[in-house]
Amino acid sequence: MRIRTAGVVALFALALAASGCGGDSDEPAAKETPKAAGGKLVIWADDKRTAALKPFAEKFGQENGVTVDVQAVSKDLQTNFVTASQQGSGPDVVVGAHDWIGNLVQNGAIDPVQLAAEQKSGFNETAIKAVTFNGQLYGVPYAQENLALIRNTELAPEAPKTIEDLVASGKQLKAAKKVTETLCLQVGQNGDAYHIYPLYSSAGGYLFGTGANGDYDPKDLGVGKPESIEAFKKIGALGEKGEGVLKRSIADTNSIATFTGKKCAYLVSGPWAVADVKKANITYDISAVPGFAGGKEAQPFVGVQAFYVAAKGKNKALAQEFVANYTTTPELAVALYQAEPRPPALTAALDQVKGSDPDLAKFQEAGKNGQVLPAIPAMAAIWDPFGKAEAAVIGGADPTSTITAAGKTISGQIK
Amino acid sequence: MSTPLSGPGSVTQTPGREPAGSPPSRSRPSRSRVTRDDAPITLTGLAGKVLLLGLTAGVAVWAAFPLIAAGMWVGLALLAASTAGLFYLYLTRRHIPAKYLVPGTLFLIAFQVFPVFHTASTAFTNFGDGHRGSKDDAIVAIQSSSVTQVPGSAEYALSIATKGDPVTGPLVFLVTDPGTGAVSVGDTGGLRQLDAADVTVATGGKVTAADGYTVLNFGQASSRSREITDLVVPTAGGALRSSGLSRAYEGKAVRAYEAGCDCVRDTGTGQTWTADEQAGAFVAADGERLAQGWKVNVGLSNFTRVLTDENISGPFLGTLIWNFAFAIGSTGGTFLLGMLIALALHSPRMRGTNLYRVLLVLPYAMPSFAMLLAWRDMFNADFGLINSLFGLDVDWFGQAWTARFAVILVQLWLGYPYMFLVATGALQAIPRELTEATSVDGASPWQSFRAVTLPLLLVALSPLLISSFAFNFNNFNAIYLTTEGAPFPADNPTNGATDLLITYTYRLAFGGQGAQFGFAAAISLFIFAIVAVVSAVSFRRTRQQEEVYA
Repeated sequence: MRIRTAGVVALFALALAASGCGGDSDEPAAKETPKAAGGKLVIWADDKRTAALKPFAEKFGQENGVTVDVQAVSKDLQTNFVTASQQGSGPDVVVGAHDWIGNLVQNGAIDPVQLAAEQKSGFNETAIKAVTFNGQLYGVPYAQENLALIRNTELAPEAPKTIEDLVASGKQLKAAKKVTETLCLQVGQNGDAYHIYPLYSSAGGYLFGTGANGDYDPKDLGVGKPESIEAFKKIGALGEKGEGVLKRSIADTNSIATFTGKKCAYLVSGPWAVADVKKANITYDISAVPGFAGGKEAQPFVGVQAFYVAAKGKNKALAQEFVANYTTTPELAVALYQAEPRPPALTAALDQVKGSDPDLAKFQEAGKNGQVLPAIPAMAAIWDPFGKAEAAVIGGADPTSTITAAGKTISGQIK
Repeated sequence: MSTPLSGPGSVTQTPGREPAGSPPSRSRPSRSRVTRDDAPITLTGLAGKVLLLGLTAGVAVWAAFPLIAAGMWVGLALLAASTAGLFYLYLTRRHIPAKYLVPGTLFLIAFQVFPVFHTASTAFTNFGDGHRGSKDDAIVAIQSSSVTQVPGSAEYALSIATKGDPVTGPLVFLVTDPGTGAVSVGDTGGLRQLDAADVTVATGGKVTAADGYTVLNFGQASSRSREITDLVVPTAGGALRSSGLSRAYEGKAVRAYEAGCDCVRDTGTGQTWTADEQAGAFVAADGERLAQGWKVNVGLSNFTRVLTDENISGPFLGTLIWNFAFAIGSTGGTFLLGMLIALALHSPRMRGTNLYRVLLVLPYAMPSFAMLLAWRDMFNADFGLINSLFGLDVDWFGQAWTARFAVILVQLWLGYPYMFLVATGALQAIPRELTEATSVDGASPWQSFRAVTLPLLLVALSPLLISSFAFNFNNFNAIYLTTEGAPFPADNPTNGATDLLITYTYRLAFGGQGAQFGFAAAISLFIFAIVAVVSAVSFRRTRQQEEVYA
């Protein structure tokens, strides 16, 4: 069988291309029709929140005759968002932590949100403060979180008032072979600035001073100052060469599991740990992270999860409508709480769920004196050097030279 | 592999067979073209051709739309030219060699050459966080993020309306003053009050209907989103802007760009920030920078920074040395172990070889990603399996040398089955007659191994060893998933004892300190150059070796 290949192939390919063409040109045309009736709102969030957001986003879409597409970005949401928005393929709304704001603003990725005074007053004050950057409100907060001390009440019935109390009781338990670790506070090989901060602040250390308007001042860096060295001397004394309370072998991967495995009586963690603790059937209680005896109060960081309007979104007006006028309703905050139990930032929503979940009130109480996690871009320079210096000091390095060097590295990175 | 690979039955190799890996003979029969031309066209061949070319056309069409949308005409022209070229190539009967070479070449350009050029061009810029877009983008971002509500001004209920067609007609704002309840219509010309009799206002103040205007519903309005956000209605104190589709506020852009002085001026405080084209940022007289910068060409400064900044160049050399040690150690270690096991199993006296083979391939069959995480946990100083199993108290990842030893050990475990497999294959290709002949001549097994087996093995395996070296030189997962580069010296958080150049670069580009793509690209080019030189030298030497033994 001989066929004129060239001709036949060309014909087939053309037909295919034409059908491909037709398909492609048909699609936008088909999309055009609903588009005339309603735009499309694209929301990016992480996996857990996506599930909670979907029904509400759909409801918003149905009520207003628009399509809402909630897309899960499971990894590196912030980086992906910045890159995508630079290329013009980003979403209209993104959900994320408030300490992203500095970076998102310097990359021109988000726009300020205008809330009416009565809308603002519905929120917890700390939450509003967290999403305010350079005097502008950059997002609508919906949940708030901070560290607390979760303890196994079977092993430790009393909440310790100071770190010294905690160490003493932990040591007793250890001597009685009831536990193998005094405290489960995640450090890891490379340190963890977020989890050590309550102790650091209690011992007098600070990260950034605040300017006249109450904003963090990147020029006033506390790391490397005498206060920070003193703080790390105290932290180092709890480290591997000292009391052995803080250890690099306890990391983000095993701290909660060690606690639920009843190898330690105390865990420093956030609301996200509670689900695991409950699953392990441990009787627990939540109290504030204790400070050093005679020191300042231990201040955990308060972080806020928020909705942002993408500056380069295709449907900004609708995005602003959704963020400023729809996410401020308590129903959504309650649904998001049910998807992941973090205390809602809306006072009305918190009151609604507080009754059925006493842990929320305890976490809030523990974070009452917390410090808003700085959102300035300079904060990005802190995490890595600070954490590594912490790990080194806990491993037995000299606090003075380590922290001085970390301070130098950090200030060198702040432009 | 249905027949046993070793044992008495396997000595069936034809003597004088070319060792694996040697180049195929170059002289091709010159009549091939004639036979091709006369070759009958089979239905499967035709169907395959139609399918593949159809797919090519489909991909081209699919890729064309975004290019057209973005107005990238050069890219579109390239796409059209390459598609047309492909069609031409496979629809004619000529250019047989090109039919084989072109697809590979296209992929090579798309996935190798283009990224290298892209990296190279990035290395000369300050591309990174705060310097991602153009200057215009930065100006827009600065102005729009400085819009604040005029103090004491009211919040208006807003409806979007038009006098004409909902899809194309010019838009106006219908706003209700919360104090007086008066309804006004606003456009770029300003606000005009409407007669209360002509409008219907819902509770909450939103206008639902107005004489002479079509009020747009959310769906209609949102499809004209950009026009709505761009519509600014001037007022005495600032301008009315939309906040979503149902509220408007009186706002004012506090910072504005002035082309005359090429600067940004704050209308509130009068402060100015002048554009600095070297730094790609607006800088005030006191050195304060506005956060939103833009991408500029910085020349060679990224490269000179690697060489001159002593915080980078000092550790860079140490990292480079460790990087070589790691690549050589993991390649050499896995090769040695794999080869020894292959030799042991190759021995005719060995029994149960198939079982051993299955067991040996197991680690290779596991996903290395998960295995690396498992090993990381096993090396945990307090809870890890290794310390508790051997009763040790070693702070594995806390000390430089134990950490280095640990990562190489993990690599050895992960990599030796591969080397074992290829060494087994190569051993089969070495005729047993050769070793038998040496033993007849009175050589010890060691001598025959050194003089015959090893050189022949190396000829076959050298290309694999070189590529394995290149892979391990940039083995990001091996380090990042186990130690993340730890331990770090107490006074230097940027270079860890187990950091490879690639993990170090990754931390610079995407790490905690914010992305510095330009600088990371410069380091990538250094890595590229190093790997390229090492590979080129090794391949040269291999070729010489082949000439000796072939």
